[in-house]
Amino acid sequence: MREMIISELTQAMQELTRGFAHILPRIIVLVIIAFAGWVVAYFLKVFLRSVLRLIKFDKLSESAGAAALLTKAALPSATELLSRFAFWVAWLGFILLGVSVLGILGLQEQIAKFFLFLPRLFVALCIMFFGLLAASFFSRAALLAAVNANLPSPRLLSVSVRTIIIIFVLSMVFEEVGVAEQTMLVAFGIAFGALMLGLAIAFGTGGKDLAQQFLEKRFGYGKKDEGKEDELSPL
Amino acid sequence: MPEVRLADETFLTDDFLRQLINVGEVDILVGVPTHNNAKTIGSIVEAIQAGILRFFPRQRAAIINADGGSRDGTPELIANAAIDDARGRNSKLYTLRTLHSISTQYASSPARGTALRTILAAAELLRAKACAVISPESTQITTDWLTTLLQPVYTEEFDLVLPTYCRHRSDGVLLTNLLYPMTRALYGLKIREPYALDFAFSGRLGSQFLAQNAWHDETAQAGSETQFTLAAIAGGYRICQSFLGIKEHVERASADLVPAMRQTVGALFSSMEPNLSLWNGKLGSQPIPTTGAERECILEPLRVNRKRLREMFSTGVAELESVFQSILSPSTLAELQQIARPEEVRFCYSAELWARTVYEFAAAYHKSVISRDHIIQALAPLFRGRAFTFLVENSNGSADDVERNIEALCLEFERMKPYLLQMWNGGE
Repeated sequence: MREMIISELTQAMQELTRGFAHILPRIIVLVIIAFAGWVVAYFLKVFLRSVLRLIKFDKLSESAGAAALLTKAALPSATELLSRFAFWVAWLGFILLGVSVLGILGLQEQIAKFFLFLPRLFVALCIMFFGLLAASFFSRAALLAAVNANLPSPRLLSVSVRTIIIIFVLSMVFEEVGVAEQTMLVAFGIAFGALMLGLAIAFGTGGKDLAQQFLEKRFGYGKKDEGKEDELSPL
Repeated sequence: MPEVRLADETFLTDDFLRQLINVGEVDILVGVPTHNNAKTIGSIVEAIQAGILRFFPRQRAAIINADGGSRDGTPELIANAAIDDARGRNSKLYTLRTLHSISTQYASSPARGTALRTILAAAELLRAKACAVISPESTQITTDWLTTLLQPVYTEEFDLVLPTYCRHRSDGVLLTNLLYPMTRALYGLKIREPYALDFAFSGRLGSQFLAQNAWHDETAQAGSETQFTLAAIAGGYRICQSFLGIKEHVERASADLVPAMRQTVGALFSSMEPNLSLWNGKLGSQPIPTTGAERECILEPLRVNRKRLREMFSTGVAELESVFQSILSPSTLAELQQIARPEEVRFCYSAELWARTVYEFAAAYHKSVISRDHIIQALAPLFRGRAFTFLVENSNGSADDVERNIEALCLEFERMKPYLLQMWNGGE
């Protein structure tokens, strides 16, 4: 009996040792890949940071309004954030590459999914950034046009333009990364439809006179009042 | 015989080219850019023809109409204008040469830059010695205009003849409060009308500008007249001014201000970068040869809605704070917010603050802190504030007082020029 136990234990130990001996080189490969990945990711971060500083990416994100959002969320600058993001994505990619060497069943499929997800994540980030840039540009254009045309509530108009564009961009981003696609689509449809209906009702009831004035001016029905004061002649 | 070369041979239509080739060469060319000007163009063309008959009877001459898609028959009116109409009762007026009238449609919608480009290309192809451009809005034109504008080019070898007018004191406020003082401070020349719609130029200046101007650039297209003057200054060409008489007050809508600023201020700001070496060392200013008065002022009352100007200034300062934060220094913005307060009884946008504002805008334009077009648009409400102060300051003054105020503003721009350089080079 005692001999049987010793024999079983010895066999188990031998198998364990064999298994460990079999996996040890792979773990070493994993560590080496992870280390090499860290070095590559670090240099990638430094390189990306330099390039972004060179092209004044912070200035661009400032004009896009992204810098203000980051400051509110107590996050570092856009350049720093993007560099760190690139570092972690690259390093995580290398680690997962190393893990796949271990040959654990089921894990490889998940790793492949992760790598397939990366381009979509990148596209979503691009949509987000350029969307914010467009929102900032068009809201400022609306604000300036409204102020120069002496329209009432120019800031409200500007914020509305920004909000509509951001909602539109967010729905695109969620669709791209595949998060609650259907929910986002329905939510966006409801929100956008409600906003348009609200604007139409508001304009129809509250802006009746404004619409009349606009149409009269546009088609020249209105006559200039006698003795009306002139506009400035700049040139 | 030197080869004739067009800057872009493809942009003129075949029909227009054929008509130009039929004309051959000319000594005098008068260009008239139009768009739906049927009401006024008849008398203007008549005056041009009478001017040519009276002052240039021995010269080969052509009238070129560049039309931006008129639908009221403007080009037909020009092309069919008979010389007998211009001669009228004065049978002593005659010409020894054929006076050609050619009309071409450069596009289906108006574009001032393309109109000028068409006229310049025609002038180059016809090898015109002296060319004039007459605005279709210049209803006060007389036959004397032709000799006043063209003679300095034709006989005295000037390259650019700019107009000076007798204006109402509240007319041309953008010219008197920004374009004239800033052009003078930058380039050291006292040019009263840097943005001219009636002017004359030599063939060589026209060809040079035709070849050099960035015609595909939107800013260059919009402000081509201003760019033309600035190109003459930068190229060291001989410039003079001629007094044309009364400039009629043209009714404008408030929406006209932003396009006017794009055409003039946008062009002036964009010219500063390529001409940096020309203006950064210039101090003071010099007069340029002038025939007649430099400027005359009509003091007749003209009602301008001042209250609206001030309101739009105050609204602009309040609503555009986030935009101004990217353009103006904190101290300038604070001062503007101070004077924009509605409880401020004695509103005064001083010459010093206005010069500082304009220079900070020019530096922001150079650095492209936001879209350049947005920078120009953001200046419009501030200009209304300055216009309000200018109108109030001069409401009861004599013509001399108005002139004195303009001169004081110009000197302020000249005095503040080091500040512009400081801002330009990155100073806060």
